[in-house]
Amino acid sequence: MISLRKKQKKVLYRIIIAAILTIVVALAPIDYGEYHKEILFCLFLIPYLIIGYDILIKAAKGIGNGQAFDENFLMAVATIGAMILGVTYTGDYEEAVAVMIFYQIGELFQSIAVDQSRNSISKLMEIRPDSAFIEENGELTEVDPDEVEIGTVIVVRPGDRVPIDGVIVEGTSSLNTSALTGESIPRDVMEGDEVLSGCINLSGVLKIRTTKEFGESTVSKILDLVENASSRKAKTEAFITKFAKVYTPFVVGSALLLAIVPTLVQLGMGTDPEFQQWIYRALTFLVISCPCALVISIPLGFFAGLGGASREGVLVKGSNYLEMLSDVDVVVFDKTGTLTQGVFEVTDVSCNEIPRERLIEMAAAAESSSPHPIAASLVRAHGIDIDRSRVSDVEDIPGKGVIAKVDGVPVAVGNKRLMEHLGLEIEEVQATGTTVHVAIDGKFAGSITISDVVKPESHQAMEDLRKAGIKKTVMLTGDADAVAQKVASEIGIDEVYSQLLPADKLAKIENIIEENDGSAVAFVGDGINDAPSLVRSDIGITMGAIGSDAAIEASDVVIMDDDPRKIATSIGISRKTMKIINENIIFTLIVKFGFLGLAAVGVVDMWLAIIADVGVMIVAVLNSARALRYKLR
Amino acid sequence: MKKTYKIEVDCANCATKMEDAAKKTEGVADASVNFVLQKMTVEFVDGADPKEVMKVVLKNCKKVESDCEIEI
Repeated sequence: MISLRKKQKKVLYRIIIAAILTIVVALAPIDYGEYHKEILFCLFLIPYLIIGYDILIKAAKGIGNGQAFDENFLMAVATIGAMILGVTYTGDYEEAVAVMIFYQIGELFQSIAVDQSRNSISKLMEIRPDSAFIEENGELTEVDPDEVEIGTVIVVRPGDRVPIDGVIVEGTSSLNTSALTGESIPRDVMEGDEVLSGCINLSGVLKIRTTKEFGESTVSKILDLVENASSRKAKTEAFITKFAKVYTPFVVGSALLLAIVPTLVQLGMGTDPEFQQWIYRALTFLVISCPCALVISIPLGFFAGLGGASREGVLVKGSNYLEMLSDVDVVVFDKTGTLTQGVFEVTDVSCNEIPRERLIEMAAAAESSSPHPIAASLVRAHGIDIDRSRVSDVEDIPGKGVIAKVDGVPVAVGNKRLMEHLGLEIEEVQATGTTVHVAIDGKFAGSITISDVVKPESHQAMEDLRKAGIKKTVMLTGDADAVAQKVASEIGIDEVYSQLLPADKLAKIENIIEENDGSAVAFVGDGINDAPSLVRSDIGITMGAIGSDAAIEASDVVIMDDDPRKIATSIGISRKTMKIINENIIFTLIVKFGFLGLAAVGVVDMWLAIIADVGVMIVAVLNSARALRYKLR
Repeated sequence: MKKTYKIEVDCANCATKMEDAAKKTEGVADASVNFVLQKMTVEFVDGADPKEVMKVVLKNCKKVESDCEIEI
């Protein structure tokens, strides 16, 4: 049910009263005698003032402030002009009143439509927590999350939303993370686990020590991003703004010419000037002079598109990026974490001189401070927490590996290139996956093979992209060629570049952008170590990176969960949005200029002109709202 | 410094006019009006006092659209 604001209700009542009065006065078959025209004028003046007084006042104020092309002013001129023509010439006053009524209907509709779409978007934003609870002297006190300082222990009861990011100090529970990740399976958490704001606590009471301020917490960041997205305006919007600034003066200028030139020509030719007729046509021009339909429907379309995307778990950081997404022809993927799970498992170990456990332990210790997924899998394979104090002198060699001292013994863990760099001979192993070589105390000690698992959705994701008309899919990876080729053929990707160092990836992206001049290139990464590529590409997309500020910062589109099919979804949403927007632009311009033409030759009267003008706006606004809904396939 | 203000404006074209008026105000580096969200984001020139500047912004906005409101 549509609920109206007080202001809107007032306008609605004014419209109804004015409409009824106008109909009564117009239909009453009364002859007012000698002063029929004048009395009728006074009678029509009542509904005219009821419906138009605010516009007349605004118009007057506008003149005072030098706002000549203010649409209130133009409506006032058009209707007053029509009234004067009525008194002096036609005796027709309904028209002026009707124009005012329709204009107000249009304004009212516009205001309701905007409220509606704002409401449907704010439903998406219901993840904003209103309060946090602090325990004081054994009692829970409700406070504004904004006032909670870092390090405060907050209590989150079952059913509540975690208001601020933090670490659990007491309690176990399961969390519904669907607002952040789209993942519907609850996540079990216990003491010591990090929790992100926006999750819903499902079972037990949790005490959480906050690690961030509310404003810096995940939920605020996401809301900020969604709310500010439509502030980054798209090229189309900029064009419309410029167009709107020229359109009104152009129409007003044409109206002036229309009022003067034909009359002068007729005078010059010695024929009877029909100046009332030309003035009437000029006034009709003014009725069509507001670019409102465009100015309202285009931003609304983008807003709805952004809302529709966030409904699908895709955060697009600006209207400009939504626009750019529709032009994407080439999608470049970073393999790890986007097409594959990014969860590596040790699948093969080869060593001769030392026990297998020892090899894994040394490798895990050396890698224990690295954020790389391979490091995490080594630590997992080791199974026991590593005492960090055993590790010193850690040196990260990008694209090669890590050198560190474990218990004072130098350990090198990395790829073939690292071993070459250290001048060590290695024993080749025959296994598909990523092989890390380990050297202990300057001697090659063995190799550990780690494999990544392809995401089950990756194949479908490529299919969807092809169906969406993407010309080329490319995969970049630092992995060995054999691994890369296997993954690529499994999921059906077009081009593969393997064994790339992080710097190579950036160079490759630049190459691809150059090769595909004229079409937009999207880069999809997991936000770890690929910020430069994300920034350099036309559109940087990160997946499953919620909680990582750096990744969100570097990307233009954030996919909340880690489903690669969402890339085709986002492109689909953006194309639908752009199609709607273009439809609106073309439709509005055809109607506006069509009616200007028809009004100039006198086919269209003021009645039709205002109906067309309001009608085109209503159609455009309703069309824009469609962008909010997107159906997969 | 950037600040966001809640605004009230009824038509999209007027929102654009408010944006222009705010941009031209002294002390404002940049301004952007989001009609759909009814928000105005103002970036202030270094050293400007937002409160004082916003008073002028409101005055200038009222000039172009008498029916608008900014919650300062």
